[in-house]
Amino acid sequence: MPVNPDLVGRAFPPTPPYLVGREKVREFARAVFSDDPQHLDPEAARALGYGDVVAPPTFPIVLQDVTLQQLLAEPDSGIELSRVLHAEQRFRYSRPIVAGDELTAQLTVTGIRTLGGNAMVTSEAEMVDAAGAHVVTATSVLLVGEGDA
Amino acid sequence: MSPDVGGPVTVGDIVAERTVHLTRESLVRYAGASGDFNPIHYRDDVAAEVGLPGVLAHGMLTMGLAVGTITPWLGDAGRILDYGVRFTRPVVVDPADGADLHIVARIGQVADDAVRVDLTVTAADTTVLGKAQVRVRPADQPADSTGDGAR
Repeated sequence: MPVNPDLVGRAFPPTPPYLVGREKVREFARAVFSDDPQHLDPEAARALGYGDVVAPPTFPIVLQDVTLQQLLAEPDSGIELSRVLHAEQRFRYSRPIVAGDELTAQLTVTGIRTLGGNAMVTSEAEMVDAAGAHVVTATSVLLVGEGDA
Repeated sequence: MSPDVGGPVTVGDIVAERTVHLTRESLVRYAGASGDFNPIHYRDDVAAEVGLPGVLAHGMLTMGLAVGTITPWLGDAGRILDYGVRFTRPVVVDPADGADLHIVARIGQVADDAVRVDLTVTAADTTVLGKAQVRVRPADQPADSTGDGAR
């Protein structure tokens, strides 16, 4: 089944709220070899004006992943995980994510481009805090290969 | 001490550089931290089955550790306005020897409202990310909403 072109413009329901935990931020920071004190030590983060440890710049992928699961679960998407390659990724920030944030993400498929038997699927996950203020938008381009012919 | 981002930087300046050694343990650790448990990142048999040259590092691990290179220089990760990459080449992580990633961060463009830092990431002398660019707010410019997360 090829990627369904009708996905373009489809907006998905917001994800359940994700509470950013201090230990999760620390765990993620260590996993991406980012041991700067602002990611690990609340005092260092407070010295920069934040309420708690600051998440590394790619932390929003944790929440973006939830939205991509929504996309893959769509029965008519034509997208199978085994045929998906991550081609591009971008984050646009209004502010960094900080431990204590409660975030929700909403996914929109913004473009599908066909290249031979492959499709480039662009989607945006917009993440807002508990007050509804924009935090970060994560844009991903997935290269979806053709299934078994 | 590297120059501050608000200080005088010129195009071509190298502001940070490091080598990160990845092992299979690094991949398992990232899988747990990120929630990405695709088996091509820890199982040789699955990697071989789908035609890969070996177990690969997560692209998002490479992207994450690349930008982490400049955080000490930035002082505040909250200065990052946007960050994007293309995943151009896979990073094969050998079960015994792992893989070394070398990251060089150079000033790519200087404008009034933002400084662009270009990241060059290589593994085994091959560039693995394309257009890895970080736009950062100059240090002397206040953020619109820094500290909103504090409350």
